[in-house]
Amino acid sequence: MKLKKFASVFAASALVVGLLAGCGAGNEAEEGSSGGSKGGDTIKIGVNLELTGAVASYGTSEFSGIELAVDEINAAGGIDGKKIQLVKVDNKSEPAEATSAALKLINQDKVVAIIGAATSGATVAQAEIANSKKTPIISPSGTSPNVTVKDNGDVNEFVFRTSFIDPFQGTVAANFAANDLGVKNVAIFSDNASDYSKGLASSFKKDFEAAGGKIVAEESYVAKDSDFRSTLTRIKAANPEFIFIPGYYEEVGLIVKQAREMGITVPLMGADGWDSPILLELAGAEALNNTFTTNHYSSEDPDGIIQDFNKKFNDKYSKSPDAFNALGYDTVYLLADAIKRAGGPDSVKIKDALAETKDLELVTGLYSVDENHHPIKSATVLEYKDGEQVFKIKVNP
Amino acid sequence: MEWLQQLINGISLGSIYALIALGYTMVYGIIKLINFAHGEIFMIGAFIGYYSIAGWGLGFIPALLLSMASCAIIGVLIERIAYKRLRTATRIAALITAIGVSLLIQNGVIYMRGAQPEAYPEVLRNKSFDFFGAQISSQSILILSVSITLMIILQFVVHKTKIGKAMRAVSYDAEAAKLMGINVDNTISATFAIGSALAGAAGVIFGIYYTKIDPLMGIIPGLKAFVAAVLGGIGIIPGAMAGGLVLGVVETFVSALGFSLWRDAAAFVILILILIFKPSGLFGKNTREKV
Repeated sequence: MKLKKFASVFAASALVVGLLAGCGAGNEAEEGSSGGSKGGDTIKIGVNLELTGAVASYGTSEFSGIELAVDEINAAGGIDGKKIQLVKVDNKSEPAEATSAALKLINQDKVVAIIGAATSGATVAQAEIANSKKTPIISPSGTSPNVTVKDNGDVNEFVFRTSFIDPFQGTVAANFAANDLGVKNVAIFSDNASDYSKGLASSFKKDFEAAGGKIVAEESYVAKDSDFRSTLTRIKAANPEFIFIPGYYEEVGLIVKQAREMGITVPLMGADGWDSPILLELAGAEALNNTFTTNHYSSEDPDGIIQDFNKKFNDKYSKSPDAFNALGYDTVYLLADAIKRAGGPDSVKIKDALAETKDLELVTGLYSVDENHHPIKSATVLEYKDGEQVFKIKVNP
Repeated sequence: MEWLQQLINGISLGSIYALIALGYTMVYGIIKLINFAHGEIFMIGAFIGYYSIAGWGLGFIPALLLSMASCAIIGVLIERIAYKRLRTATRIAALITAIGVSLLIQNGVIYMRGAQPEAYPEVLRNKSFDFFGAQISSQSILILSVSITLMIILQFVVHKTKIGKAMRAVSYDAEAAKLMGINVDNTISATFAIGSALAGAAGVIFGIYYTKIDPLMGIIPGLKAFVAAVLGGIGIIPGAMAGGLVLGVVETFVSALGFSLWRDAAAFVILILILIFKPSGLFGKNTREKV
């Protein structure tokens, strides 16, 4: 009964979206001589991103990367002679919008695959549609493990991702602390209100203890707090040689500042949630010295493929690319590679090809996919030096 | 020396609560209105301080005074526009209006400048002193001294000046005060002006001490200050000061014992206990008065 209702709501929303799309399709779809996706001389790819709304900066950054990659591929003759045509839809940073956008892309525009969404939540919302409509979806930056794996452990067959998953960053940080910094007694300070932070903390703990280290203090805070001094006093009393702080920049900035003010001078480390210019403003350049983060990518990495990408990106947008630009760019190449190996724009064959991707060279690292559709790829460790992110090392899985 | 350090942390936090609670308690003391928009005036004060330091390059004292003056005007405007016509209405109507004003200000600020946080510029060089093995920062000393100074000025204004006398008279019986030739409207405006100026000062100090300000920053400190005011005896000025300090220290010690996730809950547990066992507050006399 419930399911029926759900289905009818879906059908209704698809209808509405369809009608709206009918009017707007002209400006949304880029010009191209399309004769349907499955035949013809173009390959239609949907882009379902957060172009407005709360996390619009992720979506718009990814879209510039996507556009650059598509221009390059088309200029080089396309995939087996077929040009890529993008159909762009804004999901307004809302999971419900992402769902109806996916239905519109598949039913109306007949795309062979969808790139997006940028966030885990909006991607999970489309997962059932991808599976039932047999259209692959690739999220450039959804890092939560359950984007591709359902709660019961089944894999979402048609959902893939370009970025690594959160627990992997925890592992990389643990290895970096144990091997590169050589610390033994560490503290963990995580955000109890965020699955992201808790997931990172638990994988860090598991791997750091496996490497022979000791966790001397485990404390948590709640997002939106601004006073961390009392808990930091507790951590300081436990005398750690290193503190792992997996959180988002708003709180982390204050934690770093307050810790340094209290005379905690040991190295601090976090993950990609630190990556924002606001972090620098909150903590101050001086306090951020001797702190490290894991991230998808560093534009300072001397690797040839990265320097090449930097140059191309700079030529088109006159700024240096960030991690989201790189992930968007990579997602197009990941998909193009799969289409090529599938022998044409057939959604099911593309899905099979994606699931078999192995050792594909991308800007954000050598990419292979495992049975859970989690990428096996490298992560980058960055160090803050006088307010600049400096490339430290690249860690392979 | 961990405990001494925690006590210092607690007093610094408590002084900010105390400063917001002073304004709360004053307005309540005079017109029996729980002004839930007080936390939002605190937020506006923080932003005015931010723009005057980061935008116009003012120093700490000018920024503090500018913020206090602007907040005083805003407080008076809010009273004139939203609360004045409700003076004879039920207490609950005024309370609901206050909540509405609070939401309006929060969302108004988000509409004007977005919801992203802002980092306070470092206007005062922060130094740390060694105090029996604990670190005490110059900013903590500043916060405490500003709070105490403002409280003393406030006590003086309420008990020694003409306007203070008028306030006490209005608080006792507004009708009778009017018959005695006291301008009730102006007295209430003055109350709002002083209370809001204190909230503005607290906003600037909060920004300097905690660096991060955002349009929703007033909610939790506003509620905590309300708890502090009730704890000390709502309407009583030294009570608000003591209540704020006690609350800050209790919260810090809850974290210090390892229950950092319970610190917000601790404040409300205190509120409930006070309302059950001593509704008039620590400094209050037992009168038959419904809060």
